[in-house]
Amino acid sequence: MSRWFSRNLIRIYAVLALIYLFIPVGYTMAFSFNDAGKRNINWQGFTLDNWKNPCGAPDICVALGNSLKIGFLSTLVATILGTMIAFALGRYKFRGRSSTNLLIFLPMATPEIVMGASLLAMFVNLNVNTGFWTTVIAHIMFCISFVVVTVKARVASLDPKLEEAARDLYANEYQTFRRVTFPLVLPGIAAAALLAFSLSFDDFIITNFNSGTITTFPKFVWISSIRGVPAQANVIGTAMFLIALFIVIAGQLIGSAKAKRKS
Amino acid sequence: MVDLTSSAVGDLQLRNITKRFADFVAVDDLTLTIPKGSFFALLGPSGCGKTTTLRMIAGLEEPTSGSIHIGDTDITHTKPYQRPVNTVFQNYALFPHLTIFENVAFGLRRRGMKDVDEAVTKVLALVELGHLKDRKPGQLSGGQQQRIAVARAIVNRPALLLLDEPLGALDLKLRRQMQIELKWIQTEVGITFVHVTHDQEEAMTMADTIAVMNKGKIEQMGSPVELYENPKTVFVANFLGQSNLIEATVQTNSGAETSVDIHGSRILLPSSRNTSSKSKVLVGVRPEKINIQTEGSSAGKNSLSGGVVTDISFVGVSTQYQVEMPWKQEIMVFEQNDGGAPNIRKGDQVTLSWEPHFTFALDSES
Repeated sequence: MSRWFSRNLIRIYAVLALIYLFIPVGYTMAFSFNDAGKRNINWQGFTLDNWKNPCGAPDICVALGNSLKIGFLSTLVATILGTMIAFALGRYKFRGRSSTNLLIFLPMATPEIVMGASLLAMFVNLNVNTGFWTTVIAHIMFCISFVVVTVKARVASLDPKLEEAARDLYANEYQTFRRVTFPLVLPGIAAAALLAFSLSFDDFIITNFNSGTITTFPKFVWISSIRGVPAQANVIGTAMFLIALFIVIAGQLIGSAKAKRKS
Repeated sequence: MVDLTSSAVGDLQLRNITKRFADFVAVDDLTLTIPKGSFFALLGPSGCGKTTTLRMIAGLEEPTSGSIHIGDTDITHTKPYQRPVNTVFQNYALFPHLTIFENVAFGLRRRGMKDVDEAVTKVLALVELGHLKDRKPGQLSGGQQQRIAVARAIVNRPALLLLDEPLGALDLKLRRQMQIELKWIQTEVGITFVHVTHDQEEAMTMADTIAVMNKGKIEQMGSPVELYENPKTVFVANFLGQSNLIEATVQTNSGAETSVDIHGSRILLPSSRNTSSKSKVLVGVRPEKINIQTEGSSAGKNSLSGGVVTDISFVGVSTQYQVEMPWKQEIMVFEQNDGGAPNIRKGDQVTLSWEPHFTFALDSES
């Protein structure tokens, strides 16, 4: 018995750790089927009604729509700007490069509550009404750092000889970028974009300061939690989780299929 | 798109090329003509400026001063993609995201060629890798990648093909095979090959002409045989094969033969092979030219006695002896293992002898 225990200790530990990690997700999933009406706290019985009508709760899909719009816009802008910064930092030597590297890193280390509050102070001082666009600006700001760090790692691992080879083979500067550099850095850019989107979609603290009367999905959940979160929030949360899971599994499958073809 | 391929033909000329990186002079006032259609090797130790020279010809570096010409066309300041020059990079630099076919077609497509199938198929057949055209570079072995790198360059029919240590990453057996193959491809396509290497054997196997570079300058240029038999500097004598260089004093240098004194022994050499005009010279003789005999045996014309064998190593085709002379200098002697090998053991007293015409003399300071 004790030998069995010592031999399987690592497995037992792993299972317990995974259970710990996934209890909240499991709870969210289970309660998306709760026949609870407006107060989704106690188990009232199984129903598919929430899944059939995810927009059933008032304003929930308006909030979701706002989150998606803000997410897409800020991902797009942050990915473009961040990629350009990553190339500049990874490829060129210029005065102030190392201090730029440090400054890019700082927003990630700054507490969100501080950034959110100071951004709001800035918008108020500039007499800008907070709303949709101030939220987008705020999200772009904190996403850029993550994009730069992710893409820069990819740019750094790119062999400069490949670009020289392209230029040697009659590709001008634009063609070299288009045909060699960009395709090789693309996986890094895609990873950065996914990261930016999930950061933006998920953000509550900075959004809460700078979004004015606009409601995003996290803000909706926060506000409704005072009276009780509707089960539709669990449906949307579960759906987001499943979509992310699907993307990860699909990526893994494509990757291993490629690896198989290679061998 | 600018295309010089048709207009620039002829010899490659480097005129007074200098390349400076901050305080370091990589290439120092280099002037060189590489005849069209030749297989030319730039040989030298790492850091001698050979790769920088190659990169300037490719257009990947710009010379600090001087000019580069192909025939009558000045290409000093043209972009790499506007030069009729292609490079085989040291680690091949194949595009990992493209298939072998697309790698080879890359240059043709960039020059706006629509139908690349025939040219690509033909060059892949030349390097015998047509069956791998749909693979990615990561799925190929080192030798196969090397051949694709060559194919990707020569498919463009450049006026000049540059090879930057192309065989450095291969193992010895494959390297030998590729040396022969590259030489064959060069004769087949008739393109000028400029090959940069630090491997003297590789340069001698493949090149028609070798330029030995040291510290940004060319020490000596010539055919492999010329460089080996008539090294003009101490550096060349030591870099191409092994040389025994012994300090000597010139006694007479009238007429066809020069006579020098080595620690009391009189050594003769053809005056034409004395490149020094000083009285103190370094007398050189290649290890395989020397006969080794036990003390007291009859010796040839040039002989040095009083040596003691300090080491013997058997390397298959030859036996290598290390002999310490009375003036404490080690001299290398290679004897063919053709049955006539003398029975000599470590510690034996020996006499070294060789024919005067195998002897050369160099300036001692260089």
